[in-house]
Amino acid sequence: MKYVDEFRRGDIARGMAAQISRLVDPAREYRLMEFCGGHTHAIARYGLTGLLPDNIRLIHGPGCPVCVLPIGRVDSAIELALRPDVILCSYGDTLRVPASNKMSLYQARAKGADVRMVYSTNDALQIARDNPHKQVVFFAIGFETTTPPTGLALLQARQEQLANFSVFCNHVLTPPAMRHLLAAGDAVQLDGFIGPSHVSTVIGSAPYAAVAEEFAKPVVIAGFEPLDVLQAVAMLVEQIKQGRTEVETQFSRAVTHEGNQKARQRVAQTMVLRDSFEWRGLGQVPHSALAIHPDFAEFDAELRFALPYRHVPDHKACECGAILRGQKQPQDCKVFGIVCTPDNPLGSCMVSSEGACAAHYHYGRFVQGATA
Amino acid sequence: MSKPYTRPLDLKHGLVNLTHGSGGRAMAQLVSELFAAEFANDWLAQGNDQAILPPPGGRIAIATDSHVISPLFFPGGDIGSLAVHGTVNDLAMGGATPLYLSAGFILEEGLPLADLARIVRSMAAAARAAGVAIVTGDTKVVERGKGDGVFISTTGVGVVADGVNLSGDQARPGDVILLSGTLGDHGMAVMSQREGLGFASPILSDSAALHTLAAALMAASPGLLLMRDPTRGGLATTLNEIAQQSGVGMRLQESAIPVQASVRAACEFLGLDPLYIANEGKLVAICPAAEAAAALAALQAHPLGQQAAIIGEVVHDAHQFVRVQTDFGGERLLDWLSGEMLPRIC
Repeated sequence: MKYVDEFRRGDIARGMAAQISRLVDPAREYRLMEFCGGHTHAIARYGLTGLLPDNIRLIHGPGCPVCVLPIGRVDSAIELALRPDVILCSYGDTLRVPASNKMSLYQARAKGADVRMVYSTNDALQIARDNPHKQVVFFAIGFETTTPPTGLALLQARQEQLANFSVFCNHVLTPPAMRHLLAAGDAVQLDGFIGPSHVSTVIGSAPYAAVAEEFAKPVVIAGFEPLDVLQAVAMLVEQIKQGRTEVETQFSRAVTHEGNQKARQRVAQTMVLRDSFEWRGLGQVPHSALAIHPDFAEFDAELRFALPYRHVPDHKACECGAILRGQKQPQDCKVFGIVCTPDNPLGSCMVSSEGACAAHYHYGRFVQGATA
Repeated sequence: MSKPYTRPLDLKHGLVNLTHGSGGRAMAQLVSELFAAEFANDWLAQGNDQAILPPPGGRIAIATDSHVISPLFFPGGDIGSLAVHGTVNDLAMGGATPLYLSAGFILEEGLPLADLARIVRSMAAAARAAGVAIVTGDTKVVERGKGDGVFISTTGVGVVADGVNLSGDQARPGDVILLSGTLGDHGMAVMSQREGLGFASPILSDSAALHTLAAALMAASPGLLLMRDPTRGGLATTLNEIAQQSGVGMRLQESAIPVQASVRAACEFLGLDPLYIANEGKLVAICPAAEAAAALAALQAHPLGQQAAIIGEVVHDAHQFVRVQTDFGGERLLDWLSGEMLPRIC
């Protein structure tokens, strides 16, 4: 498969791993955070950890959009979905996120809620056109990658005067989360970031420069193929060796310095920065999420349905928070693979295939023996 | 003798309605003009509430399956042929020769009779091709909105020859795992149709009856231990089931597992793994290592097994893990399917 197979070649991977082994200083540890769930997934699926020297530690970051969605927000979506006049449209993974009272959107559907899984905002718009007597709400989640299509849907809805369509906006932003993690100081000791690729195709590499400079941490924006990740590790080790703390782009086949201007413009036109937003595991993070722009208030589900935000604490035994902050690994959690499994997830990291716990459970748990 | 029905069934423009399931004249007409006409055989023609069949000789195999699929028609097949293939294959995987099928239809009010006729004809053709007779059946109609067009349940009866003992608990370390062809064709054909994903090269379902392929394999490998068709949950789930039943582990070579380029590309696009996607015309077999070459040759000599491959071996593993040596040089777990396969968000 062109543009895919080239990035999955085992012979090149082994050569790259050998190169990294020659580069590293055996006397120190390298704690590198892969920010995105896509990276976490690739690392687990291709067994990359096994190829790398022991003193390189890959730490899962908070870059899985489903994992960082706080319970209170899912509760609100469920409340909306249970209203008889509402059709709630959602991306697939979100349906399984456990919320309060053992509910999820799947459970809500079983209880009669009209919840539709969609592949794109276009699908949600079409459902609104087809059901003029229902309120159709798009449950918008995700990082900068999924934000422009939501913006486009808002523009389209306004143009068509689609009065029964609205968006429950939960889009979050990457650089503020990275900054928040680093500002936590000694809680998370990191030597560098494998930066998000799909996000950066939209916002470019520029927004990470301030973070890299302020906190003196190198960032290498990398694709999600296994060779991309290995190359990013090599580039980070090289920077650390040379004492540089810059933003570099490994994923140069799609990421530019300034990103996709048109997409950014659509987002700026339709959404505004929130003062603060709760992330699961990270708590309130200032200026880290988007709300619907006042110009599009008529399509804002939070206003239309007067949705209050309630903070709901995570399950006591669940370590998702510490895992998302890079302080713990999935196997450090007492309920991992015992009470919390992909079939019966307790925490969000076990829900999405991009979540750290699910990736480790599906692909890597044989390494430590059985936890089934 | 005058015909009991004044007007023939309008198979072109008519719709299923509640009278077609009421047990009255309309139902009798549907059964006689459509089901009995298409499935035509001596047992069905008797018109009794049961089929009384001659003793088949050998041990009797029985399998039942319910078919619920949207869309009803997909590239490479439809719910009718699928309902035959699914049950024939469940029999064949036990080494049985399939003989008879029963068919239960649950129809939704409003279903065009033309669609139903198309499904029934396809089912009849599939049964004829597989050499099985549909000998008894049932029809019910549910109100509009309470079904998905058509649900079909089929029960199959077959016969297993003496000396044939295939079972999922017989895999032992050292045995060889074979796969009869490319993975994921059915699942991706249905998904691309359902979601309106217009891929450049259309993917066709592999829906097919596997009993002759199974027979060829059994002839070539007298020590054959088990066969199974990797339907829902795909190869991954099937191998995990067998590993658990037999109390063994498995080690696969990713590079040996055949997947069509178009299926691989579609899976890549949606963030799905072809090893978990449903198949309806493939089988997995495990045989002693000494018979592997002959078994592979027999599969490859059959039209449904041309792309057959040896994909791995059975190993000792107290945890019953199925592991894959990736093309990349690493090793990963091939776990049970959890929940539903869902496309990634970004």
